Amino acid sequence: MTNRATATIHGWLLLLPAMACLALFTHWPAIASFVDSFMSTPRARRPARFVGLDNYQQMAADPIFWKAMANNLWFAMGTIPTSIALALLMAVWVNDRIAGRTLVRMAYFTPTILPMIAVANIWLFFFTPQYGLLEQIVGAFGGRSTNWLGSQDTALYAVTVVAIWKEAGFFMIFYLAALQAIPPSLGEAAAIEGASRWTFFRRVQFPLLMPTTLFVLINAVINAFRMIDHIFVMTRGGPDNATTLLLFYIYQVGFGFWDTAYAAALTCVLLLLLALVAFVQYGWLERRTHYQ
Amino acid sequence: MSAASQPQPAATSRPDPYAPKGLALTLESTGAILLALLWILPLAYAVWAAIHPAEYTTRFELSAPLTLDNFTRAWAAAPFARYFLNTFILVTMILVFQLVLGTLAAYALARQDFWGRDIAFALILAQLMIMPDALIVENYRTLARVNLIDTIPAIALPYIASAFGIFLLRQTFKTVPKELDDAARVEGASPLQVLMKVYVPLAKPTYIAYGLVSVSYHWNNFLWPLLVTNSVESRPLTVGLQVFSSSDQGIDWAVICAATLMTSAPLLVGFLLFQRQFVQSFMRAGIK
Repeated sequence: MTNRATATIHGWLLLLPAMACLALFTHWPAIASFVDSFMSTPRARRPARFVGLDNYQQMAADPIFWKAMANNLWFAMGTIPTSIALALLMAVWVNDRIAGRTLVRMAYFTPTILPMIAVANIWLFFFTPQYGLLEQIVGAFGGRSTNWLGSQDTALYAVTVVAIWKEAGFFMIFYLAALQAIPPSLGEAAAIEGASRWTFFRRVQFPLLMPTTLFVLINAVINAFRMIDHIFVMTRGGPDNATTLLLFYIYQVGFGFWDTAYAAALTCVLLLLLALVAFVQYGWLERRTHYQ
Repeated sequence: MSAASQPQPAATSRPDPYAPKGLALTLESTGAILLALLWILPLAYAVWAAIHPAEYTTRFELSAPLTLDNFTRAWAAAPFARYFLNTFILVTMILVFQLVLGTLAAYALARQDFWGRDIAFALILAQLMIMPDALIVENYRTLARVNLIDTIPAIALPYIASAFGIFLLRQTFKTVPKELDDAARVEGASPLQVLMKVYVPLAKPTYIAYGLVSVSYHWNNFLWPLLVTNSVESRPLTVGLQVFSSSDQGIDWAVICAATLMTSAPLLVGFLLFQRQFVQSFMRAGIK
């Protein structure tokens, strides 16, 4: 009895520093965002007051919010499948004994190490009209000049490409580890059965990589709603909100317009989206991954 | 580069029946190398622009003269020494706190049986989904209330309790044989001594792996430091670089590339030196 009480005190004392920080910077702000989303933004002469669903009504009628939401979904649909597919391709390639394997592996992984904010400057140059690298290449083939980041039609694609470049090599590492964990006897057995390489990949390797794919997928989804460093350097959400993503809009509303209540409501939407990802992960995908 | 001239793998490893041979290997190698060139292109361009005079930034001639002038100009254009120091203090501070807090929490979760442990674990794991980036508005207000805005601790505070680190260490501590723990206790060691003498040394690879991930993450982190800092005294490299590149002097690509390389140099050099450990640490960090 007393033993149990002592253990509980010991346990919570050990947890205390970490729990206090988490409560202060994760749990509390999440709850506070929820509460604040039903309040008005406090101003110098007028303190915050309860406004019910006003912020959410404002959101429903806010074309920039819907634009940011749509952009973020397109950004997610552009980055997630492409970076995962490229990561898998890279991993399969550098798992084989190809020429210059170590250097190739390093080249794929380097973007992971580089600060996005730093390389975004270089990508900015690639996309620059008239004398940028992309322009020089397109020009050499007789293509017409495009302002990649300045045009509403291409800006979102341009920032998506940069995100894919940043992520694929990172995900490759997890696939590479998973590929190397597959016992070689499986390949030998499949070869005796006369399976083609493609069949072996499709029927043996790929299913065995499912847990990795799930892990990578969750990361990719979270990153799709978090990766905005390059937006700051390359477009700042422009032109005309063509590259405004949800988190960037939260930043603009909260720190550009200092409308903290509306920013809190937007934060709640982002948290809801992330909770949905968690729900799908634990509820549905995990079961599917284990059943095969 | 035909397959025949390739050195054969050592006889000790079993041959992979699906390893590409001949033309297939050549095609695969070519594809892999082309993609690698594409992937390294931004870095390669940064190196080119940084070591050549500004007029060769967009003209790629092999005969272009080499210069280190861009680096000196970049160094003079912003207080980089201060930014380096700030970043160094920042990543060290975060890592030390993450390791201490994480070790204590992980030990409690892995080896203590007490009331409320599962709830605590669930509360900690919640941070894996609610990333600190999403909570910038409220966290800013919290730090403004305690007058910490524009200090290095303000950048560090939201990150010093890391659910990922706690989870990783908990998994590692769980693999430590219980007998070692019991033996140390029989010898009369206190719980804290057991932790320091038994668990921490055995978890060294995890500490290194986590350390590399943490340092590279916070070296590169941008949004939060951008928000909470507004003076040279507290700005880390990433924020300094951004302020510097959007200056009114017009865009000087050569100088920006030099600054970019300087900013990423410590991580890049570390990566080149410890490539294997780096990659393995990312693998280990992800898979457990």
